[in-house]
Amino acid sequence: MENSIVLSIMAAAIIAGTPLLYAALGEILAERSGVLNLGVEGMMLAGAVSGFMVTVMSGNNWLGLIFAILAGGFMALIHAFLCVTLKANQVVSGLALTIFGTGVSGYLGKSLIGIPAPVTFEKIPIPVLAKIPVLGPVLFNHDALVYISYILVPLIWFFLYRTNAGLKLRSVGENPAAADAVGVNVFLTRYVYVIVGGMLAGIGGAYLSLAYAPTWLEHMTAGRGWIAVALVIFAVWDPVRALIGAYIFGGVDALGFRLQAMGIMIPSFFLKMLPYIFTIVVLILATRETHKKRVGAPGSLTLPYDREER
Amino acid sequence: MSVPQIAKKEQGFRVTLEKRGTTPYLIHFLVPVSSVVAALLVGAIFLKATGHSPLEIYAMMFDGAFGSMYGISETIVKAIPLMLTGLGVSIAFRMLLWNIGAEGQLYMGAFAASWVALFAPDMPGYIMLPLMFIAGFLGGALWGLLPAIPRAFLGVNETITTLMLNYVAILWVDYLVYGPWKDPKGFNFPLTAPFRDSASLPTFGNSRVHLGLLFALAAVVIVYVLLKHTRWGYEIRIIGESQNAARYAGMNIGKNILLVMLLSGGLAGLAGMAEVSGITHRLQHGISSGYGYTAIIIAWLSKLNPWAIIIVSFLFGGLLVGGFSIQTSGLPSATVFMLQGLILFFVLGGEILTRYRIKLQRGRK
Repeated sequence: MENSIVLSIMAAAIIAGTPLLYAALGEILAERSGVLNLGVEGMMLAGAVSGFMVTVMSGNNWLGLIFAILAGGFMALIHAFLCVTLKANQVVSGLALTIFGTGVSGYLGKSLIGIPAPVTFEKIPIPVLAKIPVLGPVLFNHDALVYISYILVPLIWFFLYRTNAGLKLRSVGENPAAADAVGVNVFLTRYVYVIVGGMLAGIGGAYLSLAYAPTWLEHMTAGRGWIAVALVIFAVWDPVRALIGAYIFGGVDALGFRLQAMGIMIPSFFLKMLPYIFTIVVLILATRETHKKRVGAPGSLTLPYDREER
Repeated sequence: MSVPQIAKKEQGFRVTLEKRGTTPYLIHFLVPVSSVVAALLVGAIFLKATGHSPLEIYAMMFDGAFGSMYGISETIVKAIPLMLTGLGVSIAFRMLLWNIGAEGQLYMGAFAASWVALFAPDMPGYIMLPLMFIAGFLGGALWGLLPAIPRAFLGVNETITTLMLNYVAILWVDYLVYGPWKDPKGFNFPLTAPFRDSASLPTFGNSRVHLGLLFALAAVVIVYVLLKHTRWGYEIRIIGESQNAARYAGMNIGKNILLVMLLSGGLAGLAGMAEVSGITHRLQHGISSGYGYTAIIIAWLSKLNPWAIIIVSFLFGGLLVGGFSIQTSGLPSATVFMLQGLILFFVLGGEILTRYRIKLQRGRK
């Protein structure tokens, strides 16, 4: 393949990986606090539809983004209330969130189908940096949300491993009773990070409807929320590895799309299967790896915290 | 410790939760019923806020689903795949295996049954239908086994793998009906040639209710007997309650994961067979209206009880049929999923009442 095609696939991988990255970063924060949220797909859809709807109504994509964040956060609040306060089953609550998000976005989005976004997140080449050969066109010729995600990854890494608040978050996820004993508010911590996680998933959804597509389609996430959950396992709950994983998955997505556009003889249905099959394979490999190295999920993941049972 | 874990001060009273020793029988019934009512109320607020009349919409749904003999028969038609997938999902859930791949397993069952019907069309019905039955079961069962293998041997998260396989199965069926299996006389619609009559399940009277109803009811009885009266069912229940206890008792957890997923997928596969053989009489795009996902809600609302699944499937069948009838007033089919999600939220939230008792206490400071 020609050089320019390779570069364009790499740039497309970053764009396709960005919604996954936002959602995975959010899920990392929630799971680090000990709450599994399988509702990522639903929160992304809520973000995608509300971001798109507000952008259509106001003509301002940043306002749309804010509403996407609020929608994702609100959905996550339901999950937090059910799982943290009412100690409901986290798996089933997450599934409920996905079913609800699918339904509510389809309901609200019905009148939006077929409307193009009036404004989108446009490409802003970064002066100087965009001129660097290879790296420039791949990394520095994107929209603002991609750049924000570049900054977010080291920021979350630093927060998790180098700040007191990050240590508290990790301790709540690993051993809530011990964290409670030293005065960390387990319930509040879980609420905060589940909601922040939902907000990030909301951004991931808005990225699809306001930058990637950019339009609203019913169920436009097409499993990306679930791929993001798989990505968290692949990333061993680490934001930097999530970035690498997101771009690899984005690459598979972009490659399938590109092969289709080039009129390759493989039926498009098989190319569309690629990301899903790839997710399964990667999940199997990642699970083997984490077992071997004895690293894994936060200790209290999926377990509700009950002070009486200390 | 006597410190209540959830305490809210409200005007001199506080609401505290106290662990129940035993749960009154009535609670098990009241919680799901009031959950559905509460979900419909919230749904009503939502409908109102978006400019619809909730009473009118609900009346229209009820009338569509239960208001006529035709409505009721259509509700039963929808209840058949829901019962089969709901049962399948509930067996897996009982072992805390989160099989959310019933949708894909249904599609693979439909694919396998259609394969028999399309490529060995000359068999008489009494051979054809049992073969399609077996093929449908196996198609779903093997699709369920696929994620069970990495789960049993490597501990790979089955929630994600079963869900990913849904997309693969749907794309596979789409590939067939848009491609090699497309009916040349089908005006380019994504469907296969119609099956011969020998491949169609008999129906009751002149309704669309087909023999699949008997499969589903028989499956309920079989699953009940399996779970309650066999050693295997006992093992499944123990593993679901405590993996460690099961391991100490020498039960083979890996083997049970494989078997449960085979059965769980097989039941969903039967639902697929029943749909193509009983309803569409051909394989086509979009044969399931999300039955595999609704199954999750049905299983949970029924508390994994096979008998309750019959009733709950009937009600959710009604919800689907009602959902179709409101589409004439411009509401999307997604409305039904929104209501389903709300119902599950309230069921989950309401479960705390089965475990705790709410007490009002005079506020001490």
